[in-house]
Amino acid sequence: MSSSALLKSSLAKKYWMAFTGLFLCLFLVGHLAGNLQLFIPGEEGQLQFNAYAKFMTTNPLVQALSYIVYLSIIFHAVDGALLTVKNRKARPVNYQYSNPSANSPWTSRNMGILGTVILVFIVVHMSNFWYEMHFGQIPTDADGNKDLHTVVVAAFTDASIGLVYVIGYVLAMAAISFHLVHGFQSAFQSLGVRSKSLMKPIQIAGYLFAILIPLAFAVIPVYIHATH
Amino acid sequence: MTDMTKLDAKIPEGPIDKKWTKHKNNINLVNPANKRLIDVIVVGTGLAGSSAAASLAEMGYNVKAFCFQDSPRRAHSIAAQGGINAAKNYQNDGDSTYRLFYDTVKGGDYRSREANVHRLAEVSTNIIDQCVAQGVPFAREYGGLLDNRSFGGVQVSRTFYAKGQTGQQLLLGAYSALSRQISKGKVKLYNRHEMMDLVIVDGKARGIIARNLITGEIQRHSAHAVVLCTGGYGNVFYLSTNAMGSNVTAAWKAHRRGAFMANPCFTQIHPTCIPVSGDYQSKLTLMSESLRNDGRIWVPKKKEDAQAIRDGKLKPTQIKEEDRDYYLERRYPAFGNLVPRDVASRAAKERCDAGFGVNKTGQAVYLDFADAITRYGKTEARVQGIENPSDAKVKELGTKVVSAKYGNLFEMYEKIVDENPYETPMMIFPAVHYTMGGLWVDYNLMTTVPGCFACGEANFSDHGANRLGASALMQGLADGYFVLPYTIGGFLADDIRTGPIADDSPEFMKAESEVKERLEKLLSAKGTKPVDYFHRKLGLLMWDNCGMSRNAENLKKTIEDIRALREEFWKDVRVPGKSGETNPELEKANRVLDFLELGELMCKDALDREESCGGHFREEYQTEEGEALRDDENFKFVSAYEYTGDPGAAVLHKEELVYEAIEVKTRSYK
Amino acid sequence: MNLTLKVWRQSGPDAEGRMETYQVKDISGDMSFLEMMDVLNAQLIEKGEEPVVFDHDCREGICGMCSMYINGRPHGPKQHTTTCQLHMRSFKDGDTIHIEPWRASAFPVIKDLMVDRSSFDRVIQAGGYISVNTSGNTLDANAIPVPKDDADAAFDAATCIGCGACVAACKNASAMLFVSAKVSQLSLLPQGKVEAAERVKNMVAQMDKEGFGNCTVTGACEAECPKGISLENIARMNREYLKAQLTPGK
Repeated sequence: MSSSALLKSSLAKKYWMAFTGLFLCLFLVGHLAGNLQLFIPGEEGQLQFNAYAKFMTTNPLVQALSYIVYLSIIFHAVDGALLTVKNRKARPVNYQYSNPSANSPWTSRNMGILGTVILVFIVVHMSNFWYEMHFGQIPTDADGNKDLHTVVVAAFTDASIGLVYVIGYVLAMAAISFHLVHGFQSAFQSLGVRSKSLMKPIQIAGYLFAILIPLAFAVIPVYIHATH
Repeated sequence: MTDMTKLDAKIPEGPIDKKWTKHKNNINLVNPANKRLIDVIVVGTGLAGSSAAASLAEMGYNVKAFCFQDSPRRAHSIAAQGGINAAKNYQNDGDSTYRLFYDTVKGGDYRSREANVHRLAEVSTNIIDQCVAQGVPFAREYGGLLDNRSFGGVQVSRTFYAKGQTGQQLLLGAYSALSRQISKGKVKLYNRHEMMDLVIVDGKARGIIARNLITGEIQRHSAHAVVLCTGGYGNVFYLSTNAMGSNVTAAWKAHRRGAFMANPCFTQIHPTCIPVSGDYQSKLTLMSESLRNDGRIWVPKKKEDAQAIRDGKLKPTQIKEEDRDYYLERRYPAFGNLVPRDVASRAAKERCDAGFGVNKTGQAVYLDFADAITRYGKTEARVQGIENPSDAKVKELGTKVVSAKYGNLFEMYEKIVDENPYETPMMIFPAVHYTMGGLWVDYNLMTTVPGCFACGEANFSDHGANRLGASALMQGLADGYFVLPYTIGGFLADDIRTGPIADDSPEFMKAESEVKERLEKLLSAKGTKPVDYFHRKLGLLMWDNCGMSRNAENLKKTIEDIRALREEFWKDVRVPGKSGETNPELEKANRVLDFLELGELMCKDALDREESCGGHFREEYQTEEGEALRDDENFKFVSAYEYTGDPGAAVLHKEELVYEAIEVKTRSYK
Repeated sequence: MNLTLKVWRQSGPDAEGRMETYQVKDISGDMSFLEMMDVLNAQLIEKGEEPVVFDHDCREGICGMCSMYINGRPHGPKQHTTTCQLHMRSFKDGDTIHIEPWRASAFPVIKDLMVDRSSFDRVIQAGGYISVNTSGNTLDANAIPVPKDDADAAFDAATCIGCGACVAACKNASAMLFVSAKVSQLSLLPQGKVEAAERVKNMVAQMDKEGFGNCTVTGACEAECPKGISLENIARMNREYLKAQLTPGK
């Protein structure tokens, strides 16, 4: 692939969006697997979660992978922003009267807005937990691991702001869900993976993924808030 | 006034099937280095224009291509539906070059030039090869080979097609070839430019005056030759199947500059169009003739049934089989619903005039697919192994087959008429579709003005007095791809040392200022009525008196009426806006002015031709059964008119038609 | 029926435009939309005003010239219907109809509702053809059998009329449907496969140069396309382009 086409062509930009997007979908699955451990009750759950958190922040392979995730998020966001700018330029004068809902779903037309909401969430989310874990002053648990479990539970059960966090988290998951409803299928389309026989399976997988994964994420803080 | 001396058709000597080969071998060639020194203007980018411009550029000439539309791809060839004929004999039904040649001459009622038609049949097979190589997606059979269908006036299946959009696919093929040459810089495209006049220097066509339709700028374009591929003039009737912009201006300007106009009264009225629905109607839509393969044409047998249908009290599906008159099958058992267009159109008019017409206006007949749906349904059931299928199942299966063949046409019908043609018969009526007449050209497609060539529908063509279905596409591409690029060399070979043609010679300057004067005159008219008002009036005069049937008395009166309408036009027209801007009303006015002159010449020609042949039906000349009565003794010639300053005072020149390879017979489809 | 029309008027490419309101009376349901516009124009001319400029030609849904953005949708409310084939029976007495030109930087307004779509021509000129010269000696048309399914799919893609409704409908003014239809048609046929890689690269490069936006897969183009060209063509072009870029030596 020539280097200019690799970055500059409008199609290649979409390949990168699709590629990073699908990679981040994989990341979501991994992240969720970790988070589900928050359902394990009592001290056993606390120790297991903290041990997992330590593994995730110290294992060199995982660390390498996490840098790829950071880069993917940044690339996905920057590429998306560049595309949005170009797309705006493609129609400098807007219609006076437009009826877009007649021909396209809302999610497909608002990926940028949904993406921005998700980006804001990621920043807040990382400053709450990721930053605390890496650089914050966190007490240690019985095994001597940083007690991230307590930080998480505290955040979602805090008397003054806990409920706001829960609601914010759930709304962000809704944004991710909408983003995925369109993004998942769209990524396959952008990469040219589409045929009469593949069309339906991709659609069904997309809807399932877009609903189940964010839903599972969202249930966790609600559960924590309700049970602690 | 007539004159037999001025016309030399330059038909090569020798047997009919050797003429073209021999001629090609003897035409002067221009060597590749010299072609680079020669400029050719091609006006129009339909099938003939696009293919000619692309081919000339491939050969090395510098081409300037002009179209009034925003893109060459919009030319009205795009609307041709049914197909393109070629003597491939892929169906092994006995087709041959000779048979295609014979059918075309006979279909044209022995008023076309034999040598040209034979050449057309010869190159027809090359067209299909060329188009397939270009990526034209013709319909195919399951074995991967090309499919064919049959068309009116013939007894073989030689029509290649792409659903009901054959013209579109062929034009896009030619457009892609043209686009390739534009990208190479060998063709310079002038879209949204209209030819306003032909410029003649030292007796040769050396350029055109064009108007940029966006800025209104009047431009001078010079070249060594000018090729007019500007289509037909059916819009003289206001309502026709032509596009709104189709016009005669380029051809008429050439006529005024000395090119003879041939057989102007030969107009094709297409039998299967959607009927007129009201006064506001701006155009008529064709339903492809291919529908007559499967549709049966009928009207009620009883006048009271017809009246009840017109009043909305009875539906066509309620008329019993024995109360239907399948008049084409009755009158022409051998060809039935597949008689040539002129015969089918007149038969429809005859029934409607006799009071059997349907639709609110009484100006329509039925085209019924119920039998075809049942027939195909039964076959399909057998193929699928369904025993004793129910009527509903047969209908379902049959509807699928019919939909695969004509789906887009049925959809189009439903959009316009708001009735489902799978459930109730279509209503159709004849409408103006094609003009066989046009600029007179010799065997080399050159008009009587040296250096001015005409291709496709713009020339008086190979179709005589009536064109067979699926032959217009064939002729347009034959002229553009395979004839003109060779024959033009004979003229251009003398120009290799001429050098570029100056565009500021007195001839150019004079033509330019005449164009400007005419436009200013139009803009300064002090009337109140829009141009369409006059166009509609002209159209009605032409349709009523110079349409499907004509008689001397009405034609004489119509000539007077048209002259009066021309005067009224100048008195009452209002053309808004200015010349130096985008001004579609000014474009229309300029075109209608030429139609107002052409209409008179058409009536004059129809009056002069005291016989009935093909699309030209003179009421005074018919058999007792109402069939056309041709007069070969006195009218076996091409009428070519020379402009003398007044369209009605044009001088008639005759090109006698000589048939050596074909025996001239009375056309019978019974 | 009587209607209120709100029509975009713009006297030239650089002029400011605005919506103007007009009334038309006694419109028949059997009229086409453009015949209704003819009525409006006749009315304006008789009043001594400038008629509304709009593109139109064949008026039978095939030339692709007509191009009006009607009530917020290209070619109006009916599916698979061009402006010229839209009939007034789709509207009710008393309706207000908004009429605007296509809007895209690659389709600049010329006057009123007329836009310049020559960018489409330039995309085709960049490679939308098979490089074969005219000659009487090409292969016999039946020399290479083409599977019926491929021929039919190529035909479906080839029915594009180049009207630009896809660009007008797309929130990004993307031309992907138009470009991919031509890429698909030619890449599906054996005759076009030979230069498929070069073709898709050149056509995409030209598409980008013209300033069209990107495909966000909203599906608006497919929904508004008067000829029902499928999004599948866009996927095919994405595939063809990727293949072309990844093939060594290209």
